[in-house]
Amino acid sequence: MTLVKTQYNRRSFLKVSTAAGGGMLIGFNWLMSCTRSDEKPAVAIPNEWFEINGYIKIGDTGMVTLYNPNPEIGQNVMTSMPMIVAEELDVPWDHVIVEQGMLDSDAFKNPQFAGGSLSIMLGWEPLRMAGATGKRMLLEAAAKEWGVSVSDLTASQGIIKETQGTRQIGYGEIASKAVGMEIPEEVALKDPKDFTLIGTPQKNVVGTEIVTGKPLFGLDYQREGMKLAMIVQPPAFGLTPTGFNRDEILAMAGVQDAFMIDTGLESELFGNVNAFPKCIALVGDTTWELMQAKKAVRATYETTGALEDSSMHDRRLQEALAAGEPRDTRRDGDPEAAFAGASKIIERTYTSPFQAHNTLEPMNFFAHVTEGQAELFGPTQTPNALRDLAALLLEMDKEQISVGMTRMGGGFGRRLYTHFGLRAAAISKQAGVPIKLIYTREDDMTNGVYRPAYRSTYKAGLDADNNLVAFSVRGTGLPEGAIFPNRFPAGAVDHYLAENIMSETNISTGAWRAPRSHFTAGAEQSFLDEVAEAAGKDPIDFRLELLSRAASDRVGEQFEYDAERYAGVLKLVREKSGWGTQTPGIYRGVAAYFCHNSYVAEVFDLAMEDGQPKVKKVWCAVDCGIVINPEGAVNMIQGGVVDGIGHAMYSELTFENGAPQQQNFDRYQLIRHLQAPEAIEVFFVESDVAPTGLGEPGLPPAVGAMASALYKATGNRVYHVPFATDKPPLVG
Amino acid sequence: MAQFTLNINGSSHTVEADPSTPLLWVLRDHLNLVGTKYGCGIAQCGSCTVHLGDVATRSCMLPVASVGNQEVTTIEGLSEAGDHPVQEAWLEEDVPQCGYCQAGQIMTAAALLKQNPNPSDAEIEMAMNGNICRCGTYVRIKKAIRRAADANA
Repeated sequence: MTLVKTQYNRRSFLKVSTAAGGGMLIGFNWLMSCTRSDEKPAVAIPNEWFEINGYIKIGDTGMVTLYNPNPEIGQNVMTSMPMIVAEELDVPWDHVIVEQGMLDSDAFKNPQFAGGSLSIMLGWEPLRMAGATGKRMLLEAAAKEWGVSVSDLTASQGIIKETQGTRQIGYGEIASKAVGMEIPEEVALKDPKDFTLIGTPQKNVVGTEIVTGKPLFGLDYQREGMKLAMIVQPPAFGLTPTGFNRDEILAMAGVQDAFMIDTGLESELFGNVNAFPKCIALVGDTTWELMQAKKAVRATYETTGALEDSSMHDRRLQEALAAGEPRDTRRDGDPEAAFAGASKIIERTYTSPFQAHNTLEPMNFFAHVTEGQAELFGPTQTPNALRDLAALLLEMDKEQISVGMTRMGGGFGRRLYTHFGLRAAAISKQAGVPIKLIYTREDDMTNGVYRPAYRSTYKAGLDADNNLVAFSVRGTGLPEGAIFPNRFPAGAVDHYLAENIMSETNISTGAWRAPRSHFTAGAEQSFLDEVAEAAGKDPIDFRLELLSRAASDRVGEQFEYDAERYAGVLKLVREKSGWGTQTPGIYRGVAAYFCHNSYVAEVFDLAMEDGQPKVKKVWCAVDCGIVINPEGAVNMIQGGVVDGIGHAMYSELTFENGAPQQQNFDRYQLIRHLQAPEAIEVFFVESDVAPTGLGEPGLPPAVGAMASALYKATGNRVYHVPFATDKPPLVG
Repeated sequence: MAQFTLNINGSSHTVEADPSTPLLWVLRDHLNLVGTKYGCGIAQCGSCTVHLGDVATRSCMLPVASVGNQEVTTIEGLSEAGDHPVQEAWLEEDVPQCGYCQAGQIMTAAALLKQNPNPSDAEIEMAMNGNICRCGTYVRIKKAIRRAADANA
C-alpha cells in the first residue's frame, strides 16, 4: 500500500461537477458500456447520478460512469484508463460504463493528450488517485452514516462492509452522501499484487459500437444547422494562393459560401504548422457537391518558397552528412584513434524517404464560432494545444473556447498538429455558421506533417578478437537527424561517437509514430546484425555481450536505457522463438529496441513465396512495466509490427517541384492483408514497475528484424527504405 | 438533381441527388447512415464497402444512378442486433484498434463467407486484400474470419 498526497482542492472538485456534465451531447452517443449490449447489464440503469470527482460518477443502483480523459486514437485508452480508476475505486468492471471526457483541466488531473506513448505512463498515478479518492470518500460517508470509524470498514467490488459486524452497503446507496464529503488529503493506493482488474484481459469497451457502425468518429459528427466545408490547398509546398474564380464557384449547386482563409500564426506553441497558412474554403450542403466545386476552383498562386524535389532532398542530405556541423554530439574515449587501430571496419549508410501518416479517417473538425465563444469538436491528439492556438487565431480567451474529442480513425502523430482544427474555426467564423471541415484523401496526403527523410552513416571497428572497440553514427534528416546520442550502444563501447546534424526543407514535418526511433531502430539494428556477422557471432549473443558490458562497467555518464531490462527482452524472445533452431525454407531475423520507456525484442520468421518475402511468424518480447489490459496491449504490439513492416517495405512520398507525387492509395502503398505476417505472438516480461509506453515501441524493432530476415532469405542487405524497391538515393 | 428510390437495409428510401453522386455520400450525407466510411474515394482502401445484393462493393465510386433497385446492405443493416457471426467473431477476437476501417472489413468478410463458407487462409487474404487497415489488425481480422467460418460450419 502506498500513501499518496491527493493534491486536490475542494474548489476544483466542485467545478468538476458542473463541467463533467457539460460534456454530454444529445444525439451523439458517448455511452460505452463495459457490458456487451446483447448481454444483460449487471446493474439497473440509475435514476440519479452522483459526481464523485471528474473521473467518477456513481448511480444510485451502483452503476458507475468513468470518464476517459484522453483522446482515443485506437490505442484503447477508452478501456485501459478507466480500468485503472475502477481498480482503485474497487468496483466490478461489469458495473462500469465509459464516457469520453471533454478537455477540462479542472476535472482531469492527468495531461489530456495522446502522444509519445504517454497516456498510461502519465495517467497512472492521477488515475489511481482519482479511484482511491472516490473509494475513500465513499468509506467516510458510510462511516459517518453508521457512526463508526473508516478503519472499521472495508470496501471491495462496490460494497462497503464492517470488518467486525454484519452491516454492508453498496456504493450506489451511499454515493449521494459521499458527494459532500471532505476531499481526503492523503489516500492509500493498492499494492500491485492486490490488483484484480489491472492485468486481466478486457475487451474494447467500444467494440460493439464499432462493429455495428455507430457514429463515433469526427467525420460522423453532426449538429443541428451544421454545414459542410472543404478546402483547396496549394498544389505544392512553396506556393501561396492569391485569388480564385469565386463567382463561378458560388454559382455552383450546393455551394453556399467560398472565401480565402489565413490560419498562419506566429507562435512557438506546440502543434502550430505553418506550411500552408492560406487556402480556399468552400461551404455547402453535401460532400459530393463540395468535391465538384473543389475541382472547379481555378486559383492563382504566388511562389513564396522553394519548389523542392526529391533529388534536391537527397543531395542536401548527402551534403549535410558529409560536411554539416553537428548540433548534438556524444563522444566517449578516442573514436578516431580506435578506428585507426581496428582490425576490421564496417561502414554503412542508411536512408529513408518522407512518409505520410495516412490515418484512414482523413483530417476533419467541427467548429462553431460565434461572437463570444468557440466550440471545437473532433479528432485531436492535443485538445489543449488546439484550444490555445485557436484562442490566438480567434483573439479570444482560452475560457471562451471548448474542445471536445471524438474517437479518431487513427492518429500516428498526425493529429498532434492543429491546423485542421484551426481551419475549421476560421471557416466557421467567416461563414457565420457551424461547420464540419472535411479533407479529401488527397488533401490529407498532400498537406501532411510528414515523417522526415533521414540519412545516417554507421561505422564499427572490431579488434583482432572480433570485439567491438569503436562505434560511430553520424546522421542528418530533413530537418533533423534521427540520432539518440545516449541510447544503446552508448555505454557498451569504449570509443563511441554520435553526431546529429540539421538540414533544411520547407516540407512540413513532424512526429510520426515512434519519431526517429522508427528509422534508427531499422538502421542501427540491421547494422549490428551485419557487425555480428562480421565478428562471427550470433546476433543475440553479440547484443547480450554489449548489454552485459553496459550493465556491469558502462562507459560514459548518460544513458537512456536500462541494460538489464534491454537484455531481458532479448533473452525472453530467444526462449519463446526457439532461437537457434533451423527450419528449412525459414529465414530468421532479430532486433531489439528501447524507446518510449519500453523495451521490445522481435524475431521474424520469413519465407520466400513466389519470389516475394512472406513473414510467417513474429515473436515479440515486451517490457513495458505493469500491463493494464493484456488484450489491448497485445493488439498494440501486433499493430506496431505490421505498421513497422509496412513502412519499411512499401511506403514512400516523393516530391517534384514542391508537389507530393503520391496523393492517394493508388500510388502510395500501405501494407495490405497479403503482406501482413501470418501470426504474431506477444509475450510480456512480468513486472511491478509503473507502466510505460505501448503505442509506439512495437514498431521500431520490426524494421530491423525485417531487414535482417530479408538478408538471410535473399543474401542481400537492404539499406534504403522502402526495402521492397531498395535502391540507393537518386544522387551519388 | 434527380430523384432516386433506393432499397437499403430492407427499406425503401427516396433521395434527391445529382446522378453522379456516389452511393457512399448518399448514405452518409442524405440518409445519415454514417457507418459506411470514406477513406480514399477511389476504391483503393475498402472502408466504404457495402453489399449490392450479396456482392461486396465499393460505394465511393458507385454512382447512385447505377444502383437501381438492387438491394443495398450497409453495416447498420448487416444484422438487426449486431449479432451477425462476423460481428460476433470480431468482438470475440477484439479486432479493432481505431475501428475506422472495420465496417468495411466486416462487410467484405461477410460477403466472402456467404460465397465461400469455409475459405482457406490464402482465400481469406486474397478476398480481404482490398481492405486497408492502417492500424495493422490484419492478424486479428484473419482469426476472426476463421472463427466466424468455424461457427457456421
